[in-house]
Amino acid sequence: MSAAVAPLLVLGWGNPSRGDDALGPLFVERLMQHAQDALPPGSVECLTDFQLQIEHALDLVGRKRVLLVDASVGLEAPFVISHPRAARDASFSTHALAPAALLQVYTELQREDPPPCTLLAIRADQFELGEAPGGQALADLALALAWAQDWLLTPQLCEREAL
Amino acid sequence: MNTTSLETASNPEGLRRIVIDPVSRVEGHGKVTILLDEMQRVQQVRLHIVEFRGFEKFIEGRPYWEVPVMVQRLCGICPVSHHLAASKALDRVVGAMPVTVSADKLRRLMHYGQIVQSHALHFFHLASPDLLFGLGAERDRRNIVGVAEAYPDTARQGILLRKFGQEIIRATSGKRVHGTGSVPGGMNRVVSAEDHAMLRAEVPQMLTWAQGAVDLVRRLHEQNPALYEGFASSPAPMMSLVGRDGAMELYDGVLRIRDANGAMVVDGVEDQRYRELIDEAVKPWTYMKFPYLRSMGAEAGWYRVGPLARLQNCDFIPTPRAEAQRRAFIDVHGGKVVHAALAFHWARMIEVLHGVEVIADLLDDPDILGGALMASGPRQAQGVGIIEAPRGTLIHDYTVGEDDLVSRCNLIVATTHNNQAMNEAVRSVALQYLDGQTITEPLLNHIEVAIRAYDPCLSCATHALGQMPLAVTLRDATGAVIDHVQRSSSGETVRGGRPHPVVQP
Repeated sequence: MSAAVAPLLVLGWGNPSRGDDALGPLFVERLMQHAQDALPPGSVECLTDFQLQIEHALDLVGRKRVLLVDASVGLEAPFVISHPRAARDASFSTHALAPAALLQVYTELQREDPPPCTLLAIRADQFELGEAPGGQALADLALALAWAQDWLLTPQLCEREAL
Repeated sequence: MNTTSLETASNPEGLRRIVIDPVSRVEGHGKVTILLDEMQRVQQVRLHIVEFRGFEKFIEGRPYWEVPVMVQRLCGICPVSHHLAASKALDRVVGAMPVTVSADKLRRLMHYGQIVQSHALHFFHLASPDLLFGLGAERDRRNIVGVAEAYPDTARQGILLRKFGQEIIRATSGKRVHGTGSVPGGMNRVVSAEDHAMLRAEVPQMLTWAQGAVDLVRRLHEQNPALYEGFASSPAPMMSLVGRDGAMELYDGVLRIRDANGAMVVDGVEDQRYRELIDEAVKPWTYMKFPYLRSMGAEAGWYRVGPLARLQNCDFIPTPRAEAQRRAFIDVHGGKVVHAALAFHWARMIEVLHGVEVIADLLDDPDILGGALMASGPRQAQGVGIIEAPRGTLIHDYTVGEDDLVSRCNLIVATTHNNQAMNEAVRSVALQYLDGQTITEPLLNHIEVAIRAYDPCLSCATHALGQMPLAVTLRDATGAVIDHVQRSSSGETVRGGRPHPVVQP
């Protein structure tokens, strides 16, 4: 990994054409606009993909902090923050990898602990092909973005919330 | 027992019902229903695929030039295949027949990058845990993390092979995801000098790893031939593209069909004429259609596509290392046609090796670095694009109006072609492993292994957090729930909770 790796990584995933599943990519797109104004160039890299996958473990290499973002079903709050730890779980038994399993893959590949990761799950409930995100999902997205502006600027936020 | 007879039980009212929903480690949601009688004998088995609705509506009404980009959103696993199949179909509409030499080679490079990355993900991430630890191994080990711990080099190679394929896609399409490189009529970019140098430098290592993957799966076969040659075997005709000279051809060719014994049924059929060969049947218990060969009728005409079909449909593979492996595959099986589900993995790894060889040749070709990229000619109202996607034959068929809008669209994806074949494979496993036995998780996994061998893309569905549990519902003859078990996305097994609704037989 070269020295040009941005210390912060924001990685959101989902299908932009499947209703609320677009929340992850939309979040990244909008946060990137804010980050360009708020942070020095090269401070943060923003990535999107359809799904979290094994090769994303390589995107974590050399980071100081990582924010993972996905739509999530079954939430009561607009969004939920958690701090996944590298662990076995069953979610890698699908094409889509769970954040905890991604960190475990990182550990096995790199033989070191992964960088501190924060998982931002945004409330979602409709996923029809060709549909736009719902009104409630977009409102929740706005709240999540407001929280993330602090995450960008506050290196200690990750550790504090982990307590 | 003929497995097709297990599609519908003669007396479903008096049978116990097991539902596996969704099938784990496959794309999207699938559901297997098994009806047992009072003696726990299998009486009815069906693989339900509940998605694949709305694809055509998603595309119809859009300007044709948007389609190659939009169709990538149909599938999060093989967007490049849709990108290229749509481009090929719409080449006809803009009269670009043929596209330029550079455009053809750049698209091929992109396509074989897709083959390598998709096959690498499937084998190393999805299939290898079952193969390396055994189909009945404890569930905690049968996963990529278990592979990473026990076989760290294998796991790392799988990830880096996939990464290599994705870098090929990025270099040719412009982005890691949702690239725009291929357009109706050709391409809009070439490989940059920087990307070219980086990718060429990686080729020797990728060839070594791809060769190692073929060797690995071959050793597994040789260690347990009874399992690999008998598991979920369901004889069927095979369909794929081949080159006009009979070579394995994954990007552009003519259609060939062999019967279950390997005899030629049809050969050299132009892709634009696919409708003369196949039709699609509808069954009342599933939304997914059942394609069949017109010449054999809806009941008997089901067929198989994908790596196993391609490997045995072609006369040769036009790259030396993969051709040597194809010959070894044939020799190990005594020249007999192979229909066993686990043989898919061997065929898939031979295709990875072939893919890396093709990529190596294309990276040595100056046409990918420059030259004319667009062609045009007399416009047509219709176009068909067929490509051999990682999972099998992918058909895009469009009609475009004079207003440039898509007025009709028909897509047949590989998993739809394989719908009946997967059902037959599941029935075969159910008969072999579940009949008269207690239903256990390892036994249920055998069914999932059979489905996973086809690498099905069941819904091109979303993957929002918390959406992919595995649940099993057991109902008695009256429909009452006897048991319900759900494995959460965190791996916990929870008994009880809300069961699946009753599925009508």
